[in-house]
Amino acid sequence: MAIYKLNINGKEHQVDVDADTPLLWILRDHVQLTGTKYGCGVGQCGACTVHVGGYAMRSCSLPISQLGDQAVVTIEGLAENGDHPLQEAWLEHDVPQCGYCQAGQIMQAAALLQSNSAPSDEEIAATMNGNICRCGTYTRIKAAIKTAADKMN
Amino acid sequence: MTLIKTSYNRRSFLKASVLGGGGMMLGFSWLVSCEADVADVVEPTKGIPKEWFDINAFLKIGDNGLVTIMSPNPEIGQNVKTSMPMIVAEELDVDWKDVVVEQAPLNTDIYTRQLAGGSQSIRQGWQGLRMAGATARHMLLAAAAQQLEVRIEELKTENGVIKHEESDRTLTYGEVASLAGSMDVPEEVSLKDPKDFKIIGTGRNNVDGQKIVRGVPMYGLDIKREGMLYATVIHPPAFGMKPGNVKNEEEIKALAGIKDVFMINTMPEGIELQWSDRNNVFPELIAIVGESTWQVIKAAKQLDVDWKAESELESSEMHEAQLTNILNQTADEPGRIDGNPEAAFQQATKTIERTYDAPFLAHNTMEPMNFFANVTADHAELIGPIQTPEFAEKTVAKLLGMDLEQVDIMMTRMGGGFGRRLYGNFVMEASLISQKVAAPVKLFYTRESDMTQGTYRPAYKVKYRAGFDENNQLIAFHVKGAGIHGGPVFANRFPAGAVDNYLAENLGMQSNISTGAWRAPRSNFMAFAEQCFLDECAAAVGQDPIEFRLQLLERAINKPVGDNNDYDAERYAGVLKLVKEKSDWANPPSGIHRGVSAYFCHNSYVAQVVDVELVKGRPKVKDVHCAVDCGIVINPLAAKNQIEGGIVDGIGHAMYSQITFKEGKPEQQNFDEYRLIRHSEAPENIYTYFVDNGIDPTGLGEPSLPPIMAAVANAIAAAKGERLYQQPFISSEAVLG
Ligand code: FES
Ligand code: FES
Repeated sequence: MAIYKLNINGKEHQVDVDADTPLLWILRDHVQLTGTKYGCGVGQCGACTVHVGGYAMRSCSLPISQLGDQAVVTIEGLAENGDHPLQEAWLEHDVPQCGYCQAGQIMQAAALLQSNSAPSDEEIAATMNGNICRCGTYTRIKAAIKTAADKMN
Repeated sequence: MTLIKTSYNRRSFLKASVLGGGGMMLGFSWLVSCEADVADVVEPTKGIPKEWFDINAFLKIGDNGLVTIMSPNPEIGQNVKTSMPMIVAEELDVDWKDVVVEQAPLNTDIYTRQLAGGSQSIRQGWQGLRMAGATARHMLLAAAAQQLEVRIEELKTENGVIKHEESDRTLTYGEVASLAGSMDVPEEVSLKDPKDFKIIGTGRNNVDGQKIVRGVPMYGLDIKREGMLYATVIHPPAFGMKPGNVKNEEEIKALAGIKDVFMINTMPEGIELQWSDRNNVFPELIAIVGESTWQVIKAAKQLDVDWKAESELESSEMHEAQLTNILNQTADEPGRIDGNPEAAFQQATKTIERTYDAPFLAHNTMEPMNFFANVTADHAELIGPIQTPEFAEKTVAKLLGMDLEQVDIMMTRMGGGFGRRLYGNFVMEASLISQKVAAPVKLFYTRESDMTQGTYRPAYKVKYRAGFDENNQLIAFHVKGAGIHGGPVFANRFPAGAVDNYLAENLGMQSNISTGAWRAPRSNFMAFAEQCFLDECAAAVGQDPIEFRLQLLERAINKPVGDNNDYDAERYAGVLKLVKEKSDWANPPSGIHRGVSAYFCHNSYVAQVVDVELVKGRPKVKDVHCAVDCGIVINPLAAKNQIEGGIVDGIGHAMYSQITFKEGKPEQQNFDEYRLIRHSEAPENIYTYFVDNGIDPTGLGEPSLPPIMAAVANAIAAAKGERLYQQPFISSEAVLG
């Protein structure tokens, strides 16, 4: 066990955990941010997507010892009032079914829009391909990303 | 308005009470049961309690006019938490914005049955939900009449306000709610004329939408309690095995953060089981309990167990050979026989025969199995995602040696169900672990343990034969299905009823691999086989595939064979005609190859046209046109979402997914090996068209999934000139390009 300091959603946290503990479980078990979900634990489903140093990362595959001093942003911190254009577009298109994968989808989409403000269908598909939705909401996710992109431009 | 007697409600109860602090609370319940649909949800071989589909709800009106509608049924992503309260609100005549929806706890005193399955929540709930709203409205009116000293007939309601037009006086629901609670429950209530609906038929957003997009904790896996420990269970690596000794128990116990390692048995000798327990083949498990999820996951990986083979370790090759073998046998009892099929086949001038098969599938709900349990000496508090809380509660009580009253189950929103959470083994496991360690425990499955636990959609194989006379008329039809733990054929479904000489047979085989209901049980395979075969029949007689189906349906409409056909041939033909028109079937866009499919299941009718494009020789699904007849559409926004989800899910599983076995071991353990559909593989556009016929509503969680598998296969056949007989399609040349 070792002590780690983290900056999550602009707040400082300190945890005492094993060095190989993935960021996902720090978020979920130790700092009570359960919006980030567990789906596979091996980087295959995207449910655990967060932003690390501004990039979308699979938190299940990022051991705390490798985080360094990079700031972490989770779904809870994406927008102060939960009103990021993507969150609003998600509601407008009524995207979620079971909803479980959606935090990861939104975080992945947010990273996409940061680097590409007007992604094409192909770019959306390519970037979002790592995020599985068993409920099959892909077509709505695509539509919501486009709505959000339009609003942000 | 339609007058409906409330009396059939009496057999359960309907009672009103005044809430402390003003306000009215109305408990209502109703009973509907439907054997045929029950069979769709669970394996027909299992014992099914008679009153399975009782549903209950609860309604509260606050003195400020705010209405709380309890949503009694578990929410697994099928959106009942929004659509069921919409029905109550409609008849209550309140503004939707004044409605709050709460998930009702499992409480068999108040709500007698609560279950999600078979796309039945809306269908079974429709009348009762309407009556609940209408009854409450009537009591509010009666209270207002008393207060205003007028006759009830002189009053009108609108959006939560009661009006007496003559004297120009108004009262809000909130103002009379308290008095309303003391009114008699009416003998009769009026239901709205569907043309006056203001909420039903309008798109309303998911009531949990805000919470979902903000990551608010709502799921079982999000639960955390003071002093809570984390636990997982390790089941045998192969079907046919059971655990012997843990060889490195002391080592594991000494690991950082690990509290205990022990064996549990959720099915000890003599315990009375529910139908939802009986398919569990891994009752004996090793539990690891620790202080954090990660420490428990690491310990589980290091566990060294002496696994013992108890029965044969099966392989997919064995299943394939056995299914092929039993398909050559004849069922002792045919499911249905009309006319003289064998004589007709003798007479036929043209006969075609085709065999279709599909592999085992895992549910793979995105949220793996989990449950919270806090078991003390005299109480068990259980919280988590379960589709059948009532059955789980009974088994838990037996296992813990408690009375039912000492066990409380609270349902959380579920990260998917698809049938997997009908079987609550994880509820028993969490309870036993908590009891053993005498602490609150959150049991979680890793993805690997979730995917390899079983409860799979069984592997199936089905053989079709069709015989035509010299005029190319279909005169003989034979369907024979084989499956693990039972065959997949629905004897009375189309084209039964449209062919004079018809034979349906089912054969099953035993296996130590556990199976269970998986989104649209049996239909999820049969629609593929049947609708692909009918396409080949159409081709064999040189007919357009839609025309061919319509002619058969015409026959079933005008001169049906037999009198127990499952489906309504007119509604069936209706969706085919609608999709034909909307997709402009005869004129596909250039470069597009089309396939059609139509299926009836879970009381709804769906017809689809799929547009496939070849990209570098590989088929890609571009657009999907989907016509749906589910009667009245409660919430078009959510209904479309369900249809789209079923289509995407169906395409994915037909194209990519399978569980295969080697020496009893599932060969796919996580999403790197088990392929699910991804964004780039989803259709570009899905167009949904609802039939507007005012018929009572039926469910949508399942019906769009089965037919899409055939529509895709038929479109690929059109594109590549090669038919598909085996799922997943990705293993065929036609799909690989
Ligand atoms: S949980 Fe991290 S990618 Fe699946
Ligand atoms: S909404 Fe259920 S997994 Fe995506």
